[in-house]
Amino acid sequence: MKPTDIRNPDYFHKVVDCQWACPAHTPVPEYIRLIAAKRYTDAYLINWKSNVFPGILGRTCDRPCEPACRRGRVEEEPVAICRLKRVAADNKEDSVAALMPAPAAKKNGKRVACIGAGPASLTVARDLLAIGYEVHIFDGDAKAGGMVRTQIPRFRLPESVIDEEVGYITRLEPVLHLGERVDSLKAFLAQGWDAVFVGTGAPRGRDLKLPGQAECAANIHIGIDWLSNVSFEHIHTIGKRVIVLGGGNTAMDCCRTSRRLGGEDVKVIVRSGFDEMKASPWEKEDAMHEGIPILNFLNPREFTHENGKLTGVWFTKMHWVEEGGKKKLVPSGEPDVHYECDDVLMAVGQENAFPWIERDLGMTFDKWDMPVVDQVTMQSSIANVFFGGDAAFGPKNIIWAVAHGHEAAVSIDLLLTGEDVKQRPGPGVTIASTKMGIHEWAYDNDPSLDHRFRVPQVEPEVALRNVKVEVEKGFDPLLGFKEARRCLNCDVQTVFAADLCIECDACVDICPMDCITFTENGEETALREHLKAPALNLTQDLYIADGLKTGRIMAKDEDVCLHCGLCAERCPTGAWDMQQFYLEMTHAGCSSAPKAKPAPQPVGAK
Amino acid sequence: MTYIAKPPLHHPSLEKNALGFTRRDYEGRISTLCAGCGHDSISAAIIQACFEIDLAPHRLAKFSGIGCSSKTPDYFVSPAHGFNAVHGRMPSVLTGANIASKDLIYLGVSGDGDSASIGLGQFAHAVRRGVNMTYIVENNGVYGLTKGQFSATSDKGSKAKKGAENKDSPIDLVMLALQLGATYVGRSFSGDKTQLVPLIKGALHHKGAAIIDVLSPCVAFNNHVGSTKSFDYVREHNEAVNRLDVISPRAPIRAEYAPGELKEVVQHDGSTLRLRKIEEEYDPSDRNAALGYLARKATEGEIVTGLLYVDPAAHDLHDSLNTVDTPLNKLRDVDLIPPVSALEKINSGLR
Ligand SMILES: Cc1cc2nc3c(=O)[nH]c(=O)nc-3n(C[C@H](O)[C@H](O)[C@H](O)COP(=O)(O)OP(=O)(O)OC[C@H]3O[C@@H](n4cnc5c(N)ncnc54)[C@H](O)[C@@H]3O)c2cc1C
Ligand SMILES: Cc1ncc(C[n+]2csc(CCOP(=O)(O)OP(=O)(O)O)c2C)c(N)n1
Ligand code: SF4
Ligand code: SF4
Ligand code: SF4
Ligand SMILES: [Mg+2]
Repeated sequence: MKPTDIRNPDYFHKVVDCQWACPAHTPVPEYIRLIAAKRYTDAYLINWKSNVFPGILGRTCDRPCEPACRRGRVEEEPVAICRLKRVAADNKEDSVAALMPAPAAKKNGKRVACIGAGPASLTVARDLLAIGYEVHIFDGDAKAGGMVRTQIPRFRLPESVIDEEVGYITRLEPVLHLGERVDSLKAFLAQGWDAVFVGTGAPRGRDLKLPGQAECAANIHIGIDWLSNVSFEHIHTIGKRVIVLGGGNTAMDCCRTSRRLGGEDVKVIVRSGFDEMKASPWEKEDAMHEGIPILNFLNPREFTHENGKLTGVWFTKMHWVEEGGKKKLVPSGEPDVHYECDDVLMAVGQENAFPWIERDLGMTFDKWDMPVVDQVTMQSSIANVFFGGDAAFGPKNIIWAVAHGHEAAVSIDLLLTGEDVKQRPGPGVTIASTKMGIHEWAYDNDPSLDHRFRVPQVEPEVALRNVKVEVEKGFDPLLGFKEARRCLNCDVQTVFAADLCIECDACVDICPMDCITFTENGEETALREHLKAPALNLTQDLYIADGLKTGRIMAKDEDVCLHCGLCAERCPTGAWDMQQFYLEMTHAGCSSAPKAKPAPQPVGAK
Repeated sequence: MTYIAKPPLHHPSLEKNALGFTRRDYEGRISTLCAGCGHDSISAAIIQACFEIDLAPHRLAKFSGIGCSSKTPDYFVSPAHGFNAVHGRMPSVLTGANIASKDLIYLGVSGDGDSASIGLGQFAHAVRRGVNMTYIVENNGVYGLTKGQFSATSDKGSKAKKGAENKDSPIDLVMLALQLGATYVGRSFSGDKTQLVPLIKGALHHKGAAIIDVLSPCVAFNNHVGSTKSFDYVREHNEAVNRLDVISPRAPIRAEYAPGELKEVVQHDGSTLRLRKIEEEYDPSDRNAALGYLARKATEGEIVTGLLYVDPAAHDLHDSLNTVDTPLNKLRDVDLIPPVSALEKINSGLR
């Protein structure tokens, strides 16, 4: 294998599994260490800079970082990265706002419009306002926040948290046009914006339109419309027996909300099996914990009704079959089953809808009638119109909306400063030794053996009484500290200097995870099998260094390294060093920053 | 040393042996030796060997004298028995324990100072008596613990860290052991575990005095240019005569090699030593030829490593003394104290 180029920021970035997996590339381990050090405000600011909504995301994020977390491969469960974010948000000082950028003192004269006031648009606005753009935000709703405000139930996310974090953006003085729907993009573009960002989400809930539906329409609701009506306090009750159709997170919010509005016998009924459901495992767990059964392999066929009132639903039983090597869900042939109910909530998917974008505008739409949007620049086929969030590539989640927002803001800034939107600015990277003494490091290198801590919750009896009672209490500072200590500090990199190594094997012998091997070089597949421990996780790189006296190579499997620093402590020559790698995405306004490249320097270097 | 303990977390693919233990279960406390010390690699090799031969930790008895090397039994197989003797006196303490309790597996760990300087006499007698033991000398050519004075194995002309030259002739513990009748003799290098681990395994299986001289560079006092015990020097002058594989008594033996390529030696306990020749003329079953070869190579400045001599049918001290099968410390009073009638019988014969 070729020696690893550790000067390429991607190499060490990939070692920080959580940060690499986070769409916004939040520097996770650094904020976790700050939480352990009780520096909540600093931890919050790192998050705020990167993901804009730490308090909201600390309660609701889809957390792609957690399945990626190294800890999950070392013991049973990953670090509770998401809920630690909330610890920072809950415990930060009130003065945090003073540390955020103030409204730009000087405007640059460029006017940008954001359509929709969801997380994607708000991110674009934050990034551009701080550097002098005049940003106008339009939304049909009366308050900013998008689906974060209208869809996510209050028992998961109190409105005060939304107000606070939306407030950190509105204090930068965007021009808000709330209650103003945009009905024609053509007319809108004619207003002469320098750039337009479309962050209108995926607002349409799918409707099954089954037989019997029209006759009892009053008892059959589209999940997302019903949830927003609950949020707006237009709806306060539901029937005693409720069936929720669908297996995604919206279904989970619908059923749990029903339990709080008077639903006593609430069921979730899903076409597929339990494991194939789209809802996150923790959402399913929370629903079942509230006494909501999930029934699988049942496809709704027809609504039954009496005197214009819904009485129940007929279901066809389904099962998986293999067809041409593909798994297919088909009726199993067993007799259909009927479940009685008073109300049905349909949560079977969300769609984009752009009736307000004229198709003769010159914007290219694909065969699914979605605007063609560049995956990196977020640019549409009209040069100054950008998309992001659910509006860009279909429904995703908040953290993706934020990541899109950052990229779109970078593009808008590049475009409006006359640069090429395709020339993306590189990340800001620093790498520095953490060595403080022979056995002392600037981080806590002794890995905690604790298993994942559970977030304390209020009693179900209390929680189910009111839709506004937040179920999770959050980690208190002590639990937060203990959970934070579970982080393996994956950003503290093992950096190797072959010219210092005397091949004494001390690092090989001490490494608890058998990461390090000195061996003859070879081709990757063979090499992976012949290391001290087989390196079978192909998603994880091998760190290869040549230049050793014996002509062998050093091969380190990054997969399950604890970043405990024992290799560096046992090395007699300082050939291993533990160096903190800090990577920050470059946001708008920093686009002329030089493409930073780390230059690792072992402390023992001669 | 390090401040933090080695975390018990381990690689997900870590294997278990026949007893259900992982290699990590054979570890000891965290080493207090200098970072990079060859002795730590030897401890790692002992751990690996004990794991691979499915040794029940409580069946191992570790003995050592004084020195950095002699501290190491604390750093492997914590649940084993152990005794840390005074400087150079480990062989007689081990001999005594072995006489009393023959059913344990004896491992002596010593240094070149402990065995070739102050303890030379003790070393010689334990070997010539054929005590059933594995005796590992962690040979760095200096008294590491007392900051690097030349030891008796230091080569003539080898330079100390500050330039002083050793003027005395070295003692070659391998040649000495061969002369004294050791029945399993090997030499290896702390930086070559593929060679060292099988040598230790074979020795633990061997019945009789098994001596392994392991060159083990002292990073603090004897790893400089001019030293003949440094990593670089040993790597440059290392001449392995053979490669060893050890097959445990119960493991199936497969013969899948061309005849003549390999030599198999079955030891007393049924373990098989499978030797692959590297040096064509070398014969590890011929003690005198081995001595000649080693002497010749020593004058050429080469360090001969590998399994240098083995007598698979060796007898040990218990055979010579004709002791009973039951370990002496397990004999009951009735077995040991003759009745009054026996005394009377003797007395009457003398009247
Ligand atoms: C029930 C439910 C629960 C969810 N829970 C989570 C969760 O826990 N975690 C998570 O990460 N994600 C969750 N999501 C998904 C998340 O809410 C969205 O992915 C995210 O809000 C998308 O952000 P956005 O900025 O793209 O658009 P949105 O948040 O959808 O905001 C779009 C805004 O645009 C406005 N708008 C639309 N068209 C126009 C127009 N023509 N003119 C003016 N304004 C317009 C809308 O009124 C809306 O306010 C959930 C979604 C649902 C439905
Ligand atoms: C009776 C006695 N004499 C002298 C000493 C001092 N002393 C301690 S260790 C040592 C030499 C150890 O050398 P070696 O066996 O080679 O061990 P190393 O530290 O090199 O591994 C000496 C002379 C002592 N502890 N006891
Ligand atoms: S252990 Fe910490 S740094 Fe490593 S992936 Fe998990 S959260 Fe990230
Ligand atoms: S930091 Fe070093 S010793 Fe610790 S697990 Fe990683 S490679 Fe092994
Ligand atoms: S401990 Fe240091 S000198 Fe020894 S092999 Fe490892 S990197 Fe090389
Ligand atoms: Mg010594």
